Amino acid sequence: MNIQAMAQEIPPEGEHSLEGIDFIISGDQYLTFLLADEQYAVDILCVEEIRSWEKPTIIPNAPLCIKGVINMRGVIVPIVDLRIKFHVGEAVYLDTTVVIVLTYQSEDKSRTIGFVVDAVSDVLNVEEQEIKPAPAFGGSVAQQFIEGLINNDTNIVTLLNVAQLQQIERHAS
Amino acid sequence: MSVDLSQFIPSFLEESFEGLALMEAGLLNLHPGDNETIHSIFRAAHSIKGGAGTFGFNNVTEFTHLVETLLDEMRDGRREVSSSDIEILLESVDCIRLLIEAARDEQSYDKEKVAKTSTRLSETLANHPSTSNATLRNDESVNNHSPGVDSTISDAPKDEGALSEAPVKNQYNINFIPELSLAKTGNDPLFLFSALAELGELTVFASTAELPALTDIDAQELYLHWNILLNSTASIADIAEIFEWVEDECVLDITLIEEAQIKTESHQDLILGNNPEVSLSNNESPAEKIVEVSSETTLSLASENQIEVPAVNNSTIEKEAITSKPKSKADAGSIRVGVDKVDSLINLVGELVITQSMLSELGNDFDISKVERLTNGLEQLLQNTKELQESVMRIRMLPISFAFNRFPRLVHDLAIKTGKEIELIIKGEQTELDKTVMEQIGDPLTHLVRNAADHGIESQEVRLENGKAVKGVISLDAYHQGGNIVIEISDDGAGINPEVIFKKAVEKGLIDSSVTLTDAQTYDLLFEPGFSTAAAITDISGRGVGMDVVKRNIQALGGRIQVDSVIGKGSTFKVNLPLTLAILDGQLVRVGTEVYIIPLIAIVESLQIDDKLINRVSGDMVLYRLREDNVPIIPLYQIFNLKAEKKDLHNALLVVVEADGQKVGLLVDDLLAQQQVVIKSLKDNYQQVDGVSGATILGDGSVAMILDISGIIHMALERAQQTQTLSSYSVA
Repeated sequence: MNIQAMAQEIPPEGEHSLEGIDFIISGDQYLTFLLADEQYAVDILCVEEIRSWEKPTIIPNAPLCIKGVINMRGVIVPIVDLRIKFHVGEAVYLDTTVVIVLTYQSEDKSRTIGFVVDAVSDVLNVEEQEIKPAPAFGGSVAQQFIEGLINNDTNIVTLLNVAQLQQIERHAS
Repeated sequence: MSVDLSQFIPSFLEESFEGLALMEAGLLNLHPGDNETIHSIFRAAHSIKGGAGTFGFNNVTEFTHLVETLLDEMRDGRREVSSSDIEILLESVDCIRLLIEAARDEQSYDKEKVAKTSTRLSETLANHPSTSNATLRNDESVNNHSPGVDSTISDAPKDEGALSEAPVKNQYNINFIPELSLAKTGNDPLFLFSALAELGELTVFASTAELPALTDIDAQELYLHWNILLNSTASIADIAEIFEWVEDECVLDITLIEEAQIKTESHQDLILGNNPEVSLSNNESPAEKIVEVSSETTLSLASENQIEVPAVNNSTIEKEAITSKPKSKADAGSIRVGVDKVDSLINLVGELVITQSMLSELGNDFDISKVERLTNGLEQLLQNTKELQESVMRIRMLPISFAFNRFPRLVHDLAIKTGKEIELIIKGEQTELDKTVMEQIGDPLTHLVRNAADHGIESQEVRLENGKAVKGVISLDAYHQGGNIVIEISDDGAGINPEVIFKKAVEKGLIDSSVTLTDAQTYDLLFEPGFSTAAAITDISGRGVGMDVVKRNIQALGGRIQVDSVIGKGSTFKVNLPLTLAILDGQLVRVGTEVYIIPLIAIVESLQIDDKLINRVSGDMVLYRLREDNVPIIPLYQIFNLKAEKKDLHNALLVVVEADGQKVGLLVDDLLAQQQVVIKSLKDNYQQVDGVSGATILGDGSVAMILDISGIIHMALERAQQTQTLSSYSVA
């Protein structure tokens, strides 16, 4: 089967599934997730893994949004509840509650942090020009964490800046 | 030359530092007539010189040459070993180290010091050796070394017109007939010629007479012979020295041309008649070919030669002394590991693999009847893992002699500076310690030894007055105790007077004069910042590193320090260190739903609270009476803002811990197991947490925090202060 020939037959937009294989035409991929009924997205390349919620070990005197640390294959990973951090929805922990573990490599070091969200929903292919700047009207999510907005059908997805999210000091304060 | 020599520089440096350590140790133990020691010092110097020459560290070569000359005179019995000579040689060792370090870091060095030492060296050399039957050859060698002296300090201020005698140029004829296998043993004639060229004007004639037909040539054999004419001020001994490494593998004939004129001329005619001239600048000759082919062997063998060749010349016992000497390396990130340790690792991994395959086979086709085999297998796995862990930890372990090695010299220097006679006794230097701990314990130990020599040991007069031996004794001892290593630094000096310390501390405002302290508590004041008992700050101590820094460094390693002293008899500093930084013995405790780990080393005792011993004093501060001590109770749940199941003190469990000389009782809900835990950093993915030094993963895969006792005490203090401020506001 000539995959390239098949890829050419596919219309040049969007995401298509063929026998379970996704053909990506262009743009970057983003993982979207839900906090209450709001949609958010992060760069999928930063996603280390998606785990189900387990009760972490409490860090003494940590801010409310930092739930504690877990052991991820021998690595101590702090857990931040984005719902508390962003003041969106209620911080309830159900079977569907998941933790998205993100790793971000900055110049000098890499940092791995888990983020509690209500549910993971989809993977989006987005061209760079489709990312719109967020209006400065300011919801409860601090402007620095927002990279931009993406229109997805009738929904608006908030694209988060992973580099900023990984600045644990910002959560601590 | 097609081979990159620089890749061998690290091993040269390493061996040079070892050689220097050997020289230093030898010099400190040197006494007249001890030829073996002089030999070994000489060989170490010679190896350094040879290696430095190969790698082009010319200043090292030149300087070391002077040292070597002096040692040579001692070796031949032409010069008696005097203490002033030893001092100069020790200084020279420092200079060589300086030069090599400068070469390593490609930085400049203290030229003045090197120049001064080299001047002193050459002055010593210029003085006629004290032995009366100084031979003619002896004088000659002194004279002939003068140019070497000159060039040594060529990059330093020239301040010696001392070299009055004009050097005489001699013409030498050198007949060099190497064996066929010379190149295979890693020697390269080209290096020899380059070294000769440094001595003076050089003309080399190659004889191709023995060269077989091209089809018969073995490219690795050396078929050439050489006849060399050298115009130089150097002595025959100097020339012979260049050939020292190859002297067993060649026929070598060095003659002064006047003496051997007839012989040389005839010989030379014979060679000149049918031979092409080989000049050093234009190497199209077969010599180059040989070099190309053999250079890999040459270089890989070069370092071995440095050790082996001298040893062949002398006793083999000495060779063992050189090679078995613990290898130390300054700050580079590599460890030399004994082959036995690696072998045992391989064996263990083999066993682990066997166990693993046994278990997976069992797993493929498992039914309940095989449970017993499974348990056995798991037991075996546990055993293997434990042994493997121990073996891996052992790789990081080095004998403490690495840290102790520097002290003989230090004490020697201090003794001279302070005009005291001090003997250093080192025990237990084979005690093994983690490499990281070793690197960090060096400075605190140096400080303690320095203190012992400077403040501990009294001056000679005082010692005589007090009826003690003139010679003071400082002893270093290391031994294992439980999971810790204990290092004791003791002196037989004046001892520490607690009353003096107490007075001083009051003077400095560190404590209130009304406090009563035990002796141990008083001694602890020594480690307070801003405390110094030195009557006068001397050159030796008072360099800004105080005992508080010593204590802080030791605590940073998870250790502690204790002082014991008897007035008039001496003092002992006892440093207690964990064997490794990666693993810690911990007591697991439970507070509410959380499990915490208290480092075992910090725990004084654990007890159940007896209600009668609880005292509420001075505004609701809760103290627990532990024998003579009053221990403040810190409820962990309060410090960490947790929900505890037990908030009243009745029958509660108290873990009494000690940090910074302060005892406190931590209130916990339950005492769990004691176990070894692997320390993981919280800072990698999170940040420093107050009261927590790290985290670990327990057997069930959950994370537990390791408590930082001094941090917790600090937090409790701050908390108390806040409460005080709050209450003072409410009063106002």
